[in-house]
Amino acid sequence: MLLISCPNCGSRDETEFHYGGQAHVPYPENPSGLNDREWAEYLFYRDNTKGTFAERWLHSTGCRQWFNMLRDTVTYEIQAVYPMGSPRPDAGGNVSARTTPENGTASTAADSTTTGSAAPSTSTTSISSTTAPEGATP
Amino acid sequence: MADLLPEHPDFLWRNPEPKSSYDAVIVGGGGHGLATAYFLAKNHGMTNIAVLEKGWLAGGNMARNTTIIRSNYLWDESAAIYEHALKLWEILPEELEYDFLFSQRGVMNLAHTLGDVRESIRRVGANKLNGVDAEWLDPQQVKELCPILNISDNIRYPVMGATYQPRAGIAKHDHVAWAFARKCDELGVDIIQNCEVTGFVKDGNRVVGVKTNRGTINTEKVGLCAAGHSSVLAEMAGFRLPIQSHPLQALVSELHEPVHPTVVMSNHVHVYVSQAHKGELVMGAGVDSYNGYGQRGSFHVIEHQMAAAVELFPIFARAHVLRTWGGIVDTTLDASPIVGTTPVENMFVNCGWGTGGFKGTPAAGLTFAHTIATGAPHKLNKPFALERFETGALIDEHGAAAVAH
Ligand SMILES: Cc1cc2nc3c(=O)[nH]c(=O)nc-3n(C[C@H](O)[C@H](O)[C@H](O)COP(=O)(O)OP(=O)(O)OC[C@H]3O[C@@H](n4cnc5c(N)ncnc54)[C@H](O)[C@@H]3O)c2cc1C
Ligand SMILES: [Zn+2]
Repeated sequence: MLLISCPNCGSRDETEFHYGGQAHVPYPENPSGLNDREWAEYLFYRDNTKGTFAERWLHSTGCRQWFNMLRDTVTYEIQAVYPMGSPRPDAGGNVSARTTPENGTASTAADSTTTGSAAPSTSTTSISSTTAPEGATP
Repeated sequence: MADLLPEHPDFLWRNPEPKSSYDAVIVGGGGHGLATAYFLAKNHGMTNIAVLEKGWLAGGNMARNTTIIRSNYLWDESAAIYEHALKLWEILPEELEYDFLFSQRGVMNLAHTLGDVRESIRRVGANKLNGVDAEWLDPQQVKELCPILNISDNIRYPVMGATYQPRAGIAKHDHVAWAFARKCDELGVDIIQNCEVTGFVKDGNRVVGVKTNRGTINTEKVGLCAAGHSSVLAEMAGFRLPIQSHPLQALVSELHEPVHPTVVMSNHVHVYVSQAHKGELVMGAGVDSYNGYGQRGSFHVIEHQMAAAVELFPIFARAHVLRTWGGIVDTTLDASPIVGTTPVENMFVNCGWGTGGFKGTPAAGLTFAHTIATGAPHKLNKPFALERFETGALIDEHGAAAVAH
């Protein structure tokens, strides 16, 4: 069982949380311009990383806020917890790799615009040409 | 007394060194990879082929599953491929000359709510229309078939009935793998264990070889049968798969005298139970919610499944858990497999069988071999092509075909 540090509530059992899958998947900037292939990528294709993975979690039976987490999918070690909308710690440069959970301000919606920081998606195959950086969704 | 296991044949398979080139290479020596190689050799005369397995033969999900075999799926496409598999299960022990204890003891899928009841009766109708044996049982009939089941209505999720497929059952999974492996070997297929594929050699967009920890092997065709590691291999080859890998756990008790004559599954309380030939109670539950490759899972999942099992089978309260373990299953969004061509020329993929691919093993092998040999889909795997995520022609078995597995 994972022991997860909610940015608002502190360490709690995994059973209090809901898994939200890959983090940093931006909504297409120009939805009507996407072809079927690009829609398929947005709807059905997610990274399935073996190793450090950025993912979303919801503290459903606690503060009911979403946050992001870096976790190793082989050892299950939790490497960082950070707010929605913030860049991925190991990719953004100015966020330390071990964000102190207590400093995080989680938002109420997955990948919402709370911080508005524009972090590029780290996914190599994302449909970057037609999509906005995370957080830029209207 | 519980069943005695049959003797193994004297000879199982060779352990050859990899050759420098093959007509086709199958990545993954689980049930699917072995069945594919078998049908490539038997139906298509391709015998200069190799199955590469990074660990030991069939030590992946093939060795970790709860061995439930049934074909009572809702949608036509699924019913067709799983029923074809079931028909093959019925003849394979003789064809492979190896008794893998396919036991058609029947599978019950319990209904616990009015919604369950309606869905179940609908599925019985759909199954019958597709030539799949299916019956609806009321609680009394459920009790007659499996007397240890608690059908009282004062439990949290009372048994309101069940669908029943009499031809369904279980098989001895290790023996299945060994049976395929032995026949593959007899037909000249090289089964190479401890051989991990670490990359691919491409000529433009065409695959021409595989890189392994035991050197590079040239090949004209590659078939991926790597279950939970499919997307890792696809990434090495330069394309993506709509697959998420999750830990799925199972557990067994110590040996008991025969008490559980059939297979019982419940989607609603999510537990499935059978009694192995030797006497262990074998059970499993759902996947862990998060992605994982660690081959172990969360304890709370086991707690849940045990609570459900003890409520349904009160006599289990005195049984002990002997072992728990996890496998890594490759799930898709529509809970249906992906079998067919890939964006890379001459590379084919068989994956996405998730929590329920053991039952599909013979049909996966048969149809995938057809695709590899001819470069075109078999009529049974055609609907399961990767393109369906683009066209929207999903085969949504989530919840439809009762509990996965
Ligand atoms: C706990 C559990 C319960 C289940 N219960 C059922 C059930 O009751 N009924 C049912 O129908 N299904 C069930 N399943 C699902 C079923 O086990 C799988 O769908 C099926 O085994 C997948 O096909 P496979 O046998 O080829 O996979 P595997 O046996 O996992 O074969 C894949 C092989 O690929 C190898 N591999 C991976 N990467 C590489 C590489 N780079 N190079 C070389 N080799 C590689 C792996 O080592 C592995 O041996 C269950 C699964 C689990 C985990
Ligand atoms: Zn919280």
